[in-house]
Amino acid sequence: MLEIRNMDVHYGMIHALKDVSFEVHRGEIVVLIGANGAGKTTTLRTISGLQRPTNGQVILNGVDITNVSAQERVKMGISHVPEGRRVFPGMTVLENLELGAYLRRDRDGILEDLEMVYERFPILRDRRKQTAGTLSGGEQQMLAIGRALMSRPEILFLDEPSMGLAPILVQEIFDIIQSINKSGTTILLVEQNANMALQVADRAYVMETGSIVLSGTGSELMSSDEIKKAYLGG
Amino acid sequence: MDKLLQQIVNGITLGSIYALIALGYTMVYGIIRLINFAHCDIYMIGAYVGYFCMTFLKLGLVPSLLIAMLVCTILGVLIERIAYRPLRNAARISVLITAIGVSLFLEYGTMFFVKANVRTYPEVTGILAQRFKVGNIVISMQQIILVGITILLMALLQFIVKRTRLGKAMRAVSMDRDAAQLMGIDVNSTVSFTFALGSALAGAAGILVGIYYNTINPLMGVVPGLKAFIAAVFGGIGIIPGAMIGGYFIGAVEVMVSGYGGSMFRDAVVFGILILILIIKPSGLLGKNTREKV
Amino acid sequence: MRKFIALGLVYAIVQILIMTNLISGYFQATLVTIGINIILAVSLNLITGFTGQFSLGHAGFMSVGAYVCAIVTMRMPTIPGFILGVVLGAVAAAILGFLVGLPTLRLRGDYLAIATLGMSEIIRIIFLNLEITNGAAGLIGIPQFINWTWLFIFTVGIVLLLSNFVKSAHGRACISIREDEIAAESMGVDTIRYKVIAFIIGAACAGIAGAIYASYFYYLEPNLFGFLKSVDVLVIVVLGGLGSLSGSMLAAILLALISTYLQSFPEIRMVLYSLILIVIMIFRPQGLMGSREISLSVFSKLGNNKLWDRFKSQKGGH
Repeated sequence: MLEIRNMDVHYGMIHALKDVSFEVHRGEIVVLIGANGAGKTTTLRTISGLQRPTNGQVILNGVDITNVSAQERVKMGISHVPEGRRVFPGMTVLENLELGAYLRRDRDGILEDLEMVYERFPILRDRRKQTAGTLSGGEQQMLAIGRALMSRPEILFLDEPSMGLAPILVQEIFDIIQSINKSGTTILLVEQNANMALQVADRAYVMETGSIVLSGTGSELMSSDEIKKAYLGG
Repeated sequence: MDKLLQQIVNGITLGSIYALIALGYTMVYGIIRLINFAHCDIYMIGAYVGYFCMTFLKLGLVPSLLIAMLVCTILGVLIERIAYRPLRNAARISVLITAIGVSLFLEYGTMFFVKANVRTYPEVTGILAQRFKVGNIVISMQQIILVGITILLMALLQFIVKRTRLGKAMRAVSMDRDAAQLMGIDVNSTVSFTFALGSALAGAAGILVGIYYNTINPLMGVVPGLKAFIAAVFGGIGIIPGAMIGGYFIGAVEVMVSGYGGSMFRDAVVFGILILILIIKPSGLLGKNTREKV
Repeated sequence: MRKFIALGLVYAIVQILIMTNLISGYFQATLVTIGINIILAVSLNLITGFTGQFSLGHAGFMSVGAYVCAIVTMRMPTIPGFILGVVLGAVAAAILGFLVGLPTLRLRGDYLAIATLGMSEIIRIIFLNLEITNGAAGLIGIPQFINWTWLFIFTVGIVLLLSNFVKSAHGRACISIREDEIAAESMGVDTIRYKVIAFIIGAACAGIAGAIYASYFYYLEPNLFGFLKSVDVLVIVVLGGLGSLSGSMLAAILLALISTYLQSFPEIRMVLYSLILIVIMIFRPQGLMGSREISLSVFSKLGNNKLWDRFKSQKGGH
């Protein structure tokens, strides 16, 4: 459903992404792994329209969306949980979730999805009147995911959802990601925690200094010696 | 005691004006981190539009007020569109220099068309000219109307920002522009909306000042503009209630300083306050102490 | 060496033209304005263009130099008195630059701009209320010492001083602050110190420009040094190019000629200035010269076709 063709991105003089191509099929969990600065976040930002590529195409459901604005892409079914969660700190949990549904006009549908998010993350229901800045890291991550679900996305991007969380919370977040996927949302996940990510992945790509260097199914990569040495600590 | 109370009444009147102008500075700064130097000139244009409506079209206060606000709204949106938007990703100093340019352009462009001399608003008559005595304090109908309209507009603004969809988008963009875009918020139209709101308030301030002080001129915006900006910084720039508090504070200080014999140094005191805030707590009264991101 | 011959020639030619009355009094005044504006612009360029600290208070520093020099020379109307006045004016402005610089330089960008603007307004209001400055009425009958020779010495001296400064290690430290303050700091540049140095030098030069103004136009009032004066200087720096001393000089000359021409249409002049600011920022934020410099050797090669070709290819290239 999503295809990236020969994408290049430059920041001034820096060549951040070099000829990146990959695809995500409907219903999959696809994972991008790689070290810090390999270009994973840039890749997601470019697909969701926050960053302009200097070259290449982004194709969603057969439509070239390379020149479509970020907000239009939300309408087309893309939702992006950015790195560092980026909840709106001065707004309440409820206001954050409502903003997730900013482009939707179907009041009943929004209320339904709000209920769905509260069921998935009961803590958010308890905290709905609290400002988002006062939540803990894990709660903010849940809010960020919940907010992204409020646009009823076809495909959800998650950028380092486990960053800075306690191991028990990391497990919980990955369980949630799998359950979101089971309910029909395609997922593109960026992670440094390769171990966890490859366990849930249908397919995965490995990035190094702006290029994709390896790809395969999650289990293939888990058993690859190179990956073990470089990313799985063994 | 009576004198103090009278000063307080006058301070609230003046503070209302500063608060109305400060709101525009603070909202624009909040959303695109720009000191919009041209904002004070939008206020001046508002005063001229009001003058035109009341003197030549013989319109009443309310229609004149609405027309002034409308014209200023359009002007503010156009300025953002033409002069600031092309520089959205440029260095901040470039945008600031552009803003100074736009400010001078409005001031001297206006001067070119209407000449530099002072214009006088038509004499108020009837109910507007009434004065009330409460004890030994005199309150004029103009003051009541000025403060009343200000409070009404501030309440309306608060409603728009807190409750409406566009208001929420505005707050989202000023907190985190990228995240707002990921929600599907159109940053450009949200910025335009912010300029529209701020400029409408400045336009209202312009015509209210015209009615209250009677005289207007093309450079009338410069000093009140700086003071309103100081009010915004005092309250915590980017924070809407901060601008209101700051406006009334600066108004009160100014009236007190001139009321008790320091009128020559009135402006210097206000600038001194600015420098003190910037040194002691640049984030302002309601701001959180955070180091500016680099 | 060629540099000094060229400078000497410029000086001599103008001096001869003045002595033979080929340059009218009116044009001499324009010449003085150009000199003053060059000094103001190159010194503001040091602060804003090279060090990257946006200051809107240059008129404040200038006014201090002007008033100190005026007060001294009115009491000692001799050449040594005049020199003392200029020196004291520069020192007073430098002290002010230091006092303003130290606390406010922790502020960044737009906040610094507003703080320096506030400072310069405070100074103006103080001058409006002091007895020694004769308040709003101002000082009249300041002894006139400035002539072409003095003007030439001060202008050329300051330009040479600043161009040597920006080429020195200190100058590079200042530029590194403009480019990336955090990186400069982590490279071991004492950023606060260099920002204060830039402010002190810039303020002192502005003080000298003020002293020249007082001594040539023999009349001072506080409102000459309002916000618009600071903007005037800013327009020159922006037009010439932030970070180009020769650009500042070129723009100072150009704008002085334009304002002389538009003397009787002050509104049009200001509308033009405002458009210059906006258009330059949107279409050519680097100014006329960018951060390049023209050296005097360029002039001697002006007839050379190669240079013309290079100029054309540069224009096409970027």
